[in-house]
Amino acid sequence: MKPPAFEYVCPASIAEALEALAARDDAKVLAGGQSLIPMMNMRLARPGLLVDINRVPELAAIQDEGDTLQIGALVRHYQLETDARIKEAFPLIPAAERLIGHPAIRSRGTIGGSLSHADPAAELPVLAMLGDWEMTVASRDGGVRRIPAAEFFMSYLMTTLGPDELLTHVTVPKQRTGGSHIAEFAVRSGDFALAIAAAMVELADDGSVRSVRFALGGVSDVPWRDLDLESSLVGAMSSDALWREAGRQAAEAIDPADDIHASSSHRRQLAETLLTESLSRAAEQARERSSH
Amino acid sequence: MPNITLTVNGTQHHLDVEPRWLLADVLREQLNLTGTHLGCEQGVCGACTILLNGRPARSCLTLAVTADGADIVTVEGLAKDGELHPVQEAFWQEHALQCGFCTPGFLMTSVHFLNENPNPTRPEIREALSGNLCRCTGYQHIVNAVERAAETMRKGANHAISQD
Ligand SMILES: Cc1cc2nc3c(=O)[nH]c(=O)nc-3n(C[C@H](O)[C@H](O)[C@H](O)COP(=O)(O)OP(=O)(O)OC[C@H]3O[C@@H](n4cnc5c(N)ncnc54)[C@H](O)[C@@H]3O)c2cc1C
Ligand code: FES
Ligand code: FES
Repeated sequence: MKPPAFEYVCPASIAEALEALAARDDAKVLAGGQSLIPMMNMRLARPGLLVDINRVPELAAIQDEGDTLQIGALVRHYQLETDARIKEAFPLIPAAERLIGHPAIRSRGTIGGSLSHADPAAELPVLAMLGDWEMTVASRDGGVRRIPAAEFFMSYLMTTLGPDELLTHVTVPKQRTGGSHIAEFAVRSGDFALAIAAAMVELADDGSVRSVRFALGGVSDVPWRDLDLESSLVGAMSSDALWREAGRQAAEAIDPADDIHASSSHRRQLAETLLTESLSRAAEQARERSSH
Repeated sequence: MPNITLTVNGTQHHLDVEPRWLLADVLREQLNLTGTHLGCEQGVCGACTILLNGRPARSCLTLAVTADGADIVTVEGLAKDGELHPVQEAFWQEHALQCGFCTPGFLMTSVHFLNENPNPTRPEIREALSGNLCRCTGYQHIVNAVERAAETMRKGANHAISQD
């Protein structure tokens, strides 16, 4: 239960990191290590070279760009949980962070690692889909690519990231109005969730839905979102019945797999209940905000 | 082998380490600080929890090379001049350990938690300890101990583990 031998470099800049990643094809990025090191301890991963990005200050920055917030790949979970700029720009991030692992995991794990690892039951990929985040990735030979979340996640633990590519930062469009909520069910506090539902709702003055987004985690190989179902709700009056119906339709649209943690029908029921809860709470918050 | 510097419980060490060595193994085997325990080596049990630059971290999921330059506190750094830390004292008073395997991790997690939240509710204590597993004592006594330690620490002197 120890990692197999590997070579190790600790670059001081993005350029150095990209050079190291391009130099050989069995290189892997080491960020917080909270997913990679367990896999190496269990010998499920055997990278030949680890490129440790923990000393690249450019990757740890948080920058306000007006309508968006740029979050460096190395920003850690505990910072996402507590940073005032992040809470202001996208309040679902700190809300989700409290559901991720335990304080000791959040001390080290990073946003870039969470998104690149792409666990289907991880919270941040769900928010990335929900909020239309954009990933900026770079490589020595391919230059810089900007990838929308909808094209980033490919399958279980698979993204479009090439082996020589580094995720450098994430662009998060700010949530300016309306309400939002994230709900999940995990067997024990800090465990990966069986299902996750996150929602953002904006209401018009008359209480009708101006815009609505929702995304689910844990129910398919990548975070789930259905733009058609979302737009079918626009213009309807916000009500518990509306959100129950949306939850029901989403549960019908998904097809979760059976696995050792939960059956397909259990996950489907959880998704329906959690999504209904998230939509109602987000709408309630939107209403409270607009009446102030 | 890379040469690294670690400050552990206030003492600076210069060490040659293989990149694949886990911080937990370097603490235990190079520095003979065997209070840090290894249970699962996959981040789940919490027995290996230490303070890394003031924050709790899994020493089984941290490479020693990555920790170069860090300030580390292990369970051996809690007692001062023969006096147990209030959290250790409370674990003893409340019978919060049987075999003691999980205890170092619970202590380090609790010390950090009580520094951040000196007046916690029981549900908050349970949540804070949810990343630490105990297979023999049961959690009731452990929660009682953290509650008692919080009380002592609020009343008493400042026992914060300084990182400066
Ligand atoms: C006990 C435990 C409980 C957990 N519970 C949860 C949970 O409930 N929810 C949750 O979401 N997560 C959970 N996690 C995982 C945690 O969130 C990790 O922090 C995260 O999945 C990976 O981030 P990291 O920085 O540690 O990445 P690492 O482990 O360092 O890397 C993970 C993968 O991403 C790649 N990578 C990392 N950074 C980059 C980058 N910038 N560019 C390209 N590739 C990169 C690595 O090469 C590797 O393949 C848990 C972990 C543990 C140990
Ligand atoms: S040994 Fe590190 S968490 Fe179990
Ligand atoms: S005291 Fe034995 S595992 Fe906790």
